[in-house]
Amino acid sequence: MKLTTSESVLEPASPVGVTLPERPLVSIKPSGAWVKLNLRDLWLYRDLLYFLVWRDVKVRYKQTALGATWAVVQPLFTMLVFSLIFGRLGGMKSDGIPYPLFAYAGLLPWTFFANAVTASGNSLIGNSNLITKVYFPRMLIPAAAVLAGLVDFAITFLLLVPLMFYYHVALTWHVLLLPVLLALTALLAMSVGMWMSGLNVKYRDVRHTLPFLIQLWFFASPIIYPASIFARWRWLLALNPMSGIIEGYRAALFGRPFDWPALALSAGLTLTSLVYSAYSFRRMERRFADVI
Amino acid sequence: MKPIITAEHLSKRYRIGAHQASYLTLRDALARAASAPMRWLRRDESAEAARTLWALKDVSFSVRPGEVVGIIGRNGAGKSTLLKILSRITEPTSGRVDLYGRVGSLLEVGTGFNAELTGRENIYLNGAILGMRRTEIMRKFDEIVAFSEIDRFIDTPVKHYSSGMYMRLAFAVAAHLEPEILLVDEVLAVGDMGFQRKCLNKMEDVSQHGRSVLFVSHNMPSITRLCPRTILLEQGQVVEDGPSAQVVSTYLGSGLGTTAVREWPDLANAPGNEIVRLCAVRVRNEAGEVADAFDIRRPIGIEMEYEVIQPGTVLVPNLHFYNEEGVYVFVAHDCDPEWRRKPRPTGRYFSTAWIPGNYLSEGALVVGAALSTHDPVVVHCYERDAVAFHIIDSLDGDSARGDFAQPMPGVVRPLLPWQTRYIPHPQAQTESMAVAGERA
Repeated sequence: MKLTTSESVLEPASPVGVTLPERPLVSIKPSGAWVKLNLRDLWLYRDLLYFLVWRDVKVRYKQTALGATWAVVQPLFTMLVFSLIFGRLGGMKSDGIPYPLFAYAGLLPWTFFANAVTASGNSLIGNSNLITKVYFPRMLIPAAAVLAGLVDFAITFLLLVPLMFYYHVALTWHVLLLPVLLALTALLAMSVGMWMSGLNVKYRDVRHTLPFLIQLWFFASPIIYPASIFARWRWLLALNPMSGIIEGYRAALFGRPFDWPALALSAGLTLTSLVYSAYSFRRMERRFADVI
Repeated sequence: MKPIITAEHLSKRYRIGAHQASYLTLRDALARAASAPMRWLRRDESAEAARTLWALKDVSFSVRPGEVVGIIGRNGAGKSTLLKILSRITEPTSGRVDLYGRVGSLLEVGTGFNAELTGRENIYLNGAILGMRRTEIMRKFDEIVAFSEIDRFIDTPVKHYSSGMYMRLAFAVAAHLEPEILLVDEVLAVGDMGFQRKCLNKMEDVSQHGRSVLFVSHNMPSITRLCPRTILLEQGQVVEDGPSAQVVSTYLGSGLGTTAVREWPDLANAPGNEIVRLCAVRVRNEAGEVADAFDIRRPIGIEMEYEVIQPGTVLVPNLHFYNEEGVYVFVAHDCDPEWRRKPRPTGRYFSTAWIPGNYLSEGALVVGAALSTHDPVVVHCYERDAVAFHIIDSLDGDSARGDFAQPMPGVVRPLLPWQTRYIPHPQAQTESMAVAGERA
């Protein structure tokens, strides 16, 4: 077959309909020691973030027998086991809240956080085919992995409703702070996950370190125990940003007083680590395509 | 006219072994950091230089709107690295590029396709990955589906697609990105002829609208057909930049810059490492003489001479053959049982691989020589373009060419045994008897 149509390509094409911008749209040059966050690109690619989240959610539930039930099974059974071991047998204090409810309110943000950090920490490796072939702000990948976990969070949250009915715990206006707490949890997960995902590209043993680290973090957070058992050393616990957040969830759900200093410290630590990890990610990013 | 792409002094350095380094563990890194001050004191400049590879070195060019520029060069010449820099997948080590338009790349169509998702879902996902806004994809959706010719299966998960359908859909999305600058890497090899023509039309369309195309290919006919201008890269540098016909002929001739013998008399500077060093590569004929032109019917021997410095390593000499169009013809690993899987004592070795006669096609062949260990894989040395030779198919009539005097395509030209079974027609039988009768 003759490809006659392409002959005209040989003629110098008359540039119709193209007006070049005054300044280059993109300038490619080696980035120096100080990288910019390039927030403009993140904004330009915001639709991609949406589609990546959507893909992660869709694919996660597409080939599972139980589908969304998985999101409930994990915290529900953990709660039952904890209630039995720590609540019944161990007689753990729970600030006057029924222990199962107490534990569930802690597991709710924790499960989201732990799953989000794990998914996001492994996300770059899992998307290596994208990284070596197309440009887009790499930060979107770990961010999307965190946001996709919100669907699970919502499902887990719904289970709280019958539990609260069962234990006759009424909601108060404190619940209005819940979105802020959720946002903090997501941002903290993003900062840890993003940093871990970048390191994971470079050092493959991060993948094995991550579950271990999360497990340690679990015990350092007031999930099975209340922060109050630390009494005078409570400030030490508050250095873990998750502790202020988890106690915050309980305060919001059960109408208890907020520990504002601890919450403020959590927020401060979260934002600081987010900025640090974003810059650190950008610095690692330029070598992703070469080493992944 | 103002250019749409200007690249100035682009260089990209890779550290050899950087890939292994990527699987470095945190523990190693900590150990290294601890010993870093010591290593800094003993830093050896020449060792540092030996371990770096300049995939691109001081490359400058500019492209005007509407230009279709071909990029050619042998494997490893830096073509892919250049496209990767232009598409911002990787950063240059030095130099800069200014792009006055959106870049769309067809480096690998179907990137980000998810097998579980349907065709429709993948159009959105892939479009977004390529940099399209959601509204833009919605606007072009019908056009993309029509172009890909898969409308009936648009809501079927792509894992059920045939590879042709998959590629068509992927190309359709990429082709509708409508970037001002389109980077194309050999995608025209996909699909049937009809679809290929559609793709070529699309490329033409792109250039007619004042957009520019950079087209990387090993296929010289399509380069000369599609691109008025071509850039030839050789070892990361621009060797020639001009009218395609001229550049392509330089390229085709350049394989011959390499000769039938390559020797490294100084062992210390020979390719290799502390285990083994490559001393020479030679092309020999049956008589054992060094030769660079061979009759297609005669065997060709490629000899590697190497010295094992440190005993105890299993070595596999291997040869890599490229034809003049840069097509990777084959790889030959030494499977000789005498040294296979056996750790080698120190000493000088000569290993020769014999390519049988009536095997390769005519033309120039460039040979890369390597010494490796296969378990685990370690490449001790790889000398690209170590030697080259020519194969000539004379018209004597007893090669696979037969009596056919025109150019014959193909990377191999084996002389196959042919058999014909003949069932004579009853009428033919009488005819032949008649012929026989006449003769008598």
